[in-house]
Amino acid sequence: MYKSIILTEKDNVATALENIPSVEDLKITIGDEQRVINLLEPIQFGHKFAIQDIAEGGYIIKYGEVIGRATKFIKCGEYVHVHNLEGTRGRGDKDAV
Amino acid sequence: MQFEKGKFLGYRRADGRVGVRNHVLILPTITCATKAARQITELVHGTVSFVHQHGCAQVGVDYEQTFRTYVGMGLNPNVYGVVVLGLGCETHQARNVAKEIAASGKRVEVVSIQDEGGTLDAIAQGAKLAARLVQEASEVQREWCDFSELIIGTECGGSDACSGLSANPAVGYVSDKIVELGGTSILAETTELIGAEHLLANRAKNEHVAKRVYEVIDAMEKRSINMGVDIRTGNPSPGNIKGGLSSLEEKSLGAANKAGKSTLNELIDYAERPTEKGLVWMDTPGHDIEQLTGMVAGGAQIVLFTTGRGTPTGSPIAPVIKITTNTGVFERMSENMDINGGTIIEGKETVEQVGETILNEISKVASGKLTKAEILMQHDFGIWRIGPTF
Repeated sequence: MYKSIILTEKDNVATALENIPSVEDLKITIGDEQRVINLLEPIQFGHKFAIQDIAEGGYIIKYGEVIGRATKFIKCGEYVHVHNLEGTRGRGDKDAV
Repeated sequence: MQFEKGKFLGYRRADGRVGVRNHVLILPTITCATKAARQITELVHGTVSFVHQHGCAQVGVDYEQTFRTYVGMGLNPNVYGVVVLGLGCETHQARNVAKEIAASGKRVEVVSIQDEGGTLDAIAQGAKLAARLVQEASEVQREWCDFSELIIGTECGGSDACSGLSANPAVGYVSDKIVELGGTSILAETTELIGAEHLLANRAKNEHVAKRVYEVIDAMEKRSINMGVDIRTGNPSPGNIKGGLSSLEEKSLGAANKAGKSTLNELIDYAERPTEKGLVWMDTPGHDIEQLTGMVAGGAQIVLFTTGRGTPTGSPIAPVIKITTNTGVFERMSENMDINGGTIIEGKETVEQVGETILNEISKVASGKLTKAEILMQHDFGIWRIGPTF
């Protein structure tokens, strides 16, 4: 069983605690609930994957808090990183004063 | 050696504060004197110094912040005495820095390269004065002290996605214990609290502190916004991103774990000494060395530094205890790392167990055990400049 962690029940991403290959039946634990998801891509140790579909522009939640916004639709089981997540803070490129 | 919990053997100073080291600091107030300062440290055992590029053509708040940093380094209780070394014509006059330090009752000498008639005589004079201070320092005995007399700086650098899961929560546990024991814990790196500020503001001691939290965060965020750039182009760094951190907010939420669960008692400026005990936030950038320097100049005797990517960071005057977030980096960079927090990720130890290991290490290091960064003479120093050079 591959190890990953979901920090709060509000989170929509999990963090891999080891290198995980793409497997169809990855077991994840959200609070007391066990669930199985189809991991669509291999995920490196320390990196994240979606545990539910996230709409384009939707918030990405880890630690129960917003860590960014989806720049495109992210399917459950997809890798989540800088290619599909943008920060919402310190955005001088968008919110120049 | 076994230590009673919350006790260590330290050096009591004239101003009542307690040091964990007994250095003689050669303090160059101007970049032009840094080479001579380094040469004095090569001649005299027991002396330390640092290299920097500041001390001239600075004005206003930027002048003051650099001045406060120099004075704070000299005042740090890990320093027995100071030789302040100047050129002579700089804005940050050696004699002014020396005067401030001497007011604490500390032994201070001043040497000016221009007054001595050149580099070689200045080195000779500085070395003679330093040699006397070193012998005096060697007569001071360590005595039993209490953790309530410690200011512990907390820092994360070269973070990865494990930082917020292992080493930072373990440091948070330690921070809470230090606070319970009546000591002081400094949280810093304002940049790396952007996105987590509400969590800290919610446990501020009063409305004034909560307001200050939002003020320093807003000021830091505006600096990047005014530059018209995405802050992610510089923070998180390429190494952070490689380690799995996708945004500054994600990094911040992990970094905030270092502050444990204690009440936030005070928010202080860069290189300022806390006036309150307990958990204190110092307004610094996320840059590791500038943050480290601010906390040490603010009086931190020991710094707890968590890292996932692995950094060699150390201070000329304060021991830095390096705690890794994963076992891989602990093994790869064992010469730089002191404690492995990666066992938490592997399920072999709990956050509390690693926290207790860190607390015990603080007793040992405060009593004289050398950290890896000290053994490798990693004497980093960098001032957060807040104005242009003229």
